Amino acid sequence: MNMSRIVRSTANILFPFILVFGFYIIVHGHLTPGGGFQGGAVAATGFVLLLVAFSPDIIRDKFSFNSMKYTEALGLLLFIITAFVAIALGTTFFFNWLANGGIIFGESVAFGANPGILNSAGTIPLMNVAVGIEVIGAMGLIIMYMLSGIEGGNKE
Amino acid sequence: MITGWIMENLPALLLAVPMLGAILTPLVGKVSEKGRNAWVLLVSLAALCVAALLTNEVLSSGTVIYTFGAGTPASAIPADSGGLPFRIIFTVDAMSVFMAISASIVGFAVTLFSIAGDSKMSGKDSFYALLLLMQVGILGMVCTGDMFNFFVFLEINSLAGAALVASRVDKGYAVEAGLKYAVLSTLGGLLVLFAVGLFYGQYDALNMAVIADSMQFGVLDKIALVLLLVALAMKSGAVPMHFWTPDAYSMAPSSVTAFLVVASQASLYGVFRVVFTLYNVTLDYATIGWIIIILGVLSMFIGVTMAIPQKDVKRLMAYHAVSQTGYMLLGVGVGLAVLGNAAMMDAFGMTAMEGGLFHIINHAMYKGLLFLTAGAIFYQAGTRNLNKLGGLGHEMKWTMVFFIIGALAIAGIPPFNGFASKLMIYESVFMFSPILSIIAMVVSILTLASFVKVFHSMFMGPKLPEYEGVREVPRYMLAGMGILALLVILFGVFPQQVVDFLITPAATALVDQGSYIAAVLGGGA
Amino acid sequence: MIYNLPFIAAGLIIIIGIVMMVTKKNLIRIVMGLALVEAGVNLFLVATGYIENGIAPIFTNSPGGEMVFPTVQAMTLTNIVIGIATTALLLSFVMIIYKKYGTVDVDKTGRLKG
Repeated sequence: MNMSRIVRSTANILFPFILVFGFYIIVHGHLTPGGGFQGGAVAATGFVLLLVAFSPDIIRDKFSFNSMKYTEALGLLLFIITAFVAIALGTTFFFNWLANGGIIFGESVAFGANPGILNSAGTIPLMNVAVGIEVIGAMGLIIMYMLSGIEGGNKE
Repeated sequence: MITGWIMENLPALLLAVPMLGAILTPLVGKVSEKGRNAWVLLVSLAALCVAALLTNEVLSSGTVIYTFGAGTPASAIPADSGGLPFRIIFTVDAMSVFMAISASIVGFAVTLFSIAGDSKMSGKDSFYALLLLMQVGILGMVCTGDMFNFFVFLEINSLAGAALVASRVDKGYAVEAGLKYAVLSTLGGLLVLFAVGLFYGQYDALNMAVIADSMQFGVLDKIALVLLLVALAMKSGAVPMHFWTPDAYSMAPSSVTAFLVVASQASLYGVFRVVFTLYNVTLDYATIGWIIIILGVLSMFIGVTMAIPQKDVKRLMAYHAVSQTGYMLLGVGVGLAVLGNAAMMDAFGMTAMEGGLFHIINHAMYKGLLFLTAGAIFYQAGTRNLNKLGGLGHEMKWTMVFFIIGALAIAGIPPFNGFASKLMIYESVFMFSPILSIIAMVVSILTLASFVKVFHSMFMGPKLPEYEGVREVPRYMLAGMGILALLVILFGVFPQQVVDFLITPAATALVDQGSYIAAVLGGGA
Repeated sequence: MIYNLPFIAAGLIIIIGIVMMVTKKNLIRIVMGLALVEAGVNLFLVATGYIENGIAPIFTNSPGGEMVFPTVQAMTLTNIVIGIATTALLLSFVMIIYKKYGTVDVDKTGRLKG
């Protein structure tokens, strides 16, 4: 069932901010505390908020099981492809092949305290993004499965 | 060029191939069901090939080191680290490849069986993804050279395993078994993590070689040893922590059960790795050796006595699995008990260890085969209750033959593989302590008696009217069973070759702690 | 002495968790007990990595000074992630059991015997 209008409006307003905050944590994972998993979890709480505020039917119209599954698979694929490219380049699995390369995320950083350069750290931010996508998908999937379980609706 | 590239990255590919396969399975499954089946088969065949190549590589040129994220696989110690290998390192020695190859063979046979045998289930995309993930967990556990990494793979293994046990929801029994399995393995995993924390606090290292090199065997190390032994023995299903095995083994789909046997053995590998590689010289051999021997004898005896009165065929087989685990513990325990004594080691200690290790791969083959035949019978007859089954031998001839092969192997009848390894255990244990050897033989006879009863009530007797429509199972299921049956016979006919090629290097690698450390840290340790 | 407090607390939390898992009859409470054990282990890990006057190992705008080596933090994070997966899996099991049996009491759900 729907919650009251106040709750629904607040959820509507807060939802984008929660998502943006989640993305912020994901892309700054290599500079500040946080990273893919934490950011993804924060973004997934946005979905929980919507779930609490609106009736499950509306949620199911907006986000399907399949889209969540694809999101999860996409994140995992991105992650493992990043790792695979490293062996294709003649180094080992998970080698940081982008770092200090000057292209994307390629700036070198001096050792010690620094103000935080977003465009650094090579594959680490890439993998953070991959994990973030994966976690959003997986958390969404878990939440939706549990929701359908509570309702006694379709089973896994 | 491409072959050189593959050879160089074998340890990584061993994990990456099934992992990539698992991730892509749901996507391929969206396209077509047949394509998904072919894909899963292809992936598990590829994993088997990688494992075989890796085995060849390790056995011909010694321990392989693979450093994740380094410039070259062999650079275990980064230049600016002050001599500490802090990256995640795979240390693949003869023992690891021995476990990896047996897991991959069973994995392939199980996949083949499952494609036809579980075709009535829904949600198969996730099922196969989890099956491949479980393989990742097992292969990771046996290859890793890093304690924390070991914990992570243990958790992957138990989570995927628990989900698979519960995959056939029917009436909630399976979910209850899955819950039991998940709770116990998670608790075990946390105990392992606690022990890893104790190691890190003392030695500032997670790498097994570094920990082994600086092992002091103080009070905290003793606590860590107890925690690790308790947790891993629980996961491997040895008495007195065996109570989850019958539930999980009997309620899981049969293909999963055959794979759970391998998962338990990966935990058994953990026990051996901890005792021999992490602690080795610092241990009081006799005490720990006897603890393992007593665990083994208890498992053998309680397992088989609990098995005899069972009515459910898979539950019965599960108790036999507990009992067979006891043989492995007995063999390796005897080897450990005399490890400090070179003369006794030469006389029978090494043979005992080889017998115990040989029994691991044999057990994976024949127990996998038996569980698959039970699955074939459940697939056709729809029940596992021994009192209701009967007269199936008229129609399911191949299944019957495979069951006979498995049953004779588990009872230790020549010329099957169970005989080869049990004979090694009997002979060597007899020289250590005759009474233990006699117990082992008695357990073997009880096993035979139990399986004769099972065989009789399942296959013999007149055709029952309720099983009128029963036919032989589909070809893929027969092929899965056939691979394992073939190996059971091959290993039984040529035991000496298998022992020389696989088992002796594995046992030597386990005992030789120094070369394990040297492989990672370099130089003579 | 004061630096041993986290270890004592971790031990206490783990023991409370295990006692809870053994004595409670409600499946959800058993899962809660497991989560407590996990929290205790996490606390133990983080406490192991602490050095006196150490700062968090973040270079961005770091105030300078001795840093804590981040291995244990990484381990804890990994364990938290694994813990979430485990808890979600266990709770969904409990949900299915409740749907099938209509109860989460172990005395009434225990149908696997022998």
